[in-house]
Amino acid sequence: MLELEKVSWQVEETETEILRSIDLTLAAQKIYAITGPNGGGKSSLAKMIMGVYTPTSGRILLDGQDITQLSISERARQGIGYAFQNPPRFKGIKVEELLKLAAANNPEKVNIYDLLYDVGLCAQDYLERDVDASLSGGEMKRIEIATVLARNLRVAVFDEPEAGIDLWSFQKLAETFTSIHQKYDTTIVIISHQERILELADEIILMVNGKISLQSTKDKILAGILHNEACLCSERCEKGVGQNA
Amino acid sequence: MKPACVVKDVKKGLVRMLNALDRLMLEKVADLHEIPQGAYNIRKNGEGVQRNTTANIDIVTKKDQPGIDVFVKPHTQGESVHIPVIVTEEDITDVVYNTFDIGEYSDVLVVAGCGIHNSGSRKSQHDGIHNFFVRKGARLKYVEKHYGEGDGKGQRVLNPKTIIEVEDGAVVELELVQIKGIDSTVRDTEIRLAENAKLVVTERLLTYKDQEAESNITVELSGANSSAQIISRSVAQDHSRQSFYFDLIGRNKARGHIQCDAIIMHEATVRSTPRISAYHSEAQLVHEAAIGKIESEQLIKLMTMGLSEKEAEDTILKGFLG
Ligand SMILES: Nc1ncnc2c1ncn2[C@@H]1O[C@H](COP(=O)(O)OP(=O)(O)OP(=O)(O)O)[C@@H](O)[C@H]1O
Ligand SMILES: [Mg+2]
Repeated sequence: MLELEKVSWQVEETETEILRSIDLTLAAQKIYAITGPNGGGKSSLAKMIMGVYTPTSGRILLDGQDITQLSISERARQGIGYAFQNPPRFKGIKVEELLKLAAANNPEKVNIYDLLYDVGLCAQDYLERDVDASLSGGEMKRIEIATVLARNLRVAVFDEPEAGIDLWSFQKLAETFTSIHQKYDTTIVIISHQERILELADEIILMVNGKISLQSTKDKILAGILHNEACLCSERCEKGVGQNA
Repeated sequence: MKPACVVKDVKKGLVRMLNALDRLMLEKVADLHEIPQGAYNIRKNGEGVQRNTTANIDIVTKKDQPGIDVFVKPHTQGESVHIPVIVTEEDITDVVYNTFDIGEYSDVLVVAGCGIHNSGSRKSQHDGIHNFFVRKGARLKYVEKHYGEGDGKGQRVLNPKTIIEVEDGAVVELELVQIKGIDSTVRDTEIRLAENAKLVVTERLLTYKDQEAESNITVELSGANSSAQIISRSVAQDHSRQSFYFDLIGRNKARGHIQCDAIIMHEATVRSTPRISAYHSEAQLVHEAAIGKIESEQLIKLMTMGLSEKEAEDTILKGFLG
């Protein structure tokens, strides 16, 4: 459904390639997890899918249609969504307004109260609050997730959704992901470092140094990573089994 | 039965003396869709045209200079005073001096706004000089809105000056708003706070085209345990120019905080000059100021929700100016 063909990206000022010839196919209605070391290029890949970055070379296809040159807004309208790793805050915009804007193009009527409930927030306490610096990190993260849950999407990418979310709510969040997956047939991509999140996925993608170094079913990868048999270093290290070494 | 009749008569009078344009102006500057409740004084093109007083609030025309004296009786609760000014003629400079005595332990809302409609080629100007005495333990919310329109070349100019004495334990909330249509404004605000007095100022300013706006706010924390918070947000577009001068003076054990945020766009200019001065070792004064364009992450976030870049920008600015 979503295909990346040899997608590379390098920041104009620098020579270094941040994404290096990525080939990736996401099938409809599956849950994917992307994991890998800090700075590996996970968020960059997500932003590439969303249209925040434009590839230096390569193509992106959605249902066979080339969307490489489409803007962020156009891709959003085609059903691509992204929950930020570090969501921006807005002075003077209320939680309710933000969620209503997010839900505006959803043909199904979205209940804002349910939406907040799904991310573990009590609507009464939050609808009237500004989406500004007064929200805690975890609250902001939950509202960010809600802005994506509000939409009827083909592909939803969540960038470390569990970061800052307390353990108690973790399970609820996992259920929420599975439920929107079923409700809208959304293909879900979750970027995460957490084993419990990775376990939700049908497939796990390992990104190291701007490349997809492994893509496989969760059982195989988890076995490898969690037992520390595979080292994630890009350089040869003590273990001597660096991915690119 | 009798009060109802009075209101009805007054309403008729309002319809007679103010035309549709006047009423639009009133709506913009005073959120007035019809005759206000409570006390009011409507001034049009340099003359008072309509007034209402209540048992607790008296309005008296000044004898020595143009303007009014407003007296709010002590312990008056939950009443309001609307004193909108509308200017619909060109080539006029209207200067008015208004004095407000807000009685002890009263709690009132004062809405002063000025709307200028100038379709001519010459200047329309209104300079309002407002003096407030907020007595012991009183609570005052003062809202001042500016609005201009008209397609002529005539300048629309507003130069308000507001001086507020906040006595022991009184609380003042000030809302200063100028969103549209004023070509040139110099706003001077001076506030002095006595013991335990509290002040919150929110300023909202939008300038565009060739507009020019200057706002000077001086706050003196004279009394012990007085506190002041000033939140200024502005957006400068096109070739407009804004200058802000904030002067926060701590003369006692007191707390003051200025927070000033400007979004700058196009070819606009914004200057912000803060000064905090302490004359007491327990004065705590903070100034935060930021000028910058709209954060790109904010635009991107709204665009990922399906808004166009223009819609995203409008949403951010509208929220920011609240
Ligand atoms: N706009 C940019 N300009 C310059 N460098 C960038 C930019 N965006 C990303 N990078 C660099 O690209 C690399 C990949 O960053 P990215 O944010 O994609 O990593 P990540 O895998 O999401 O890491 P983390 O797990 O820490 O979130 C990093 O080295 C980062 O510093
Ligand atoms: Mg990241």
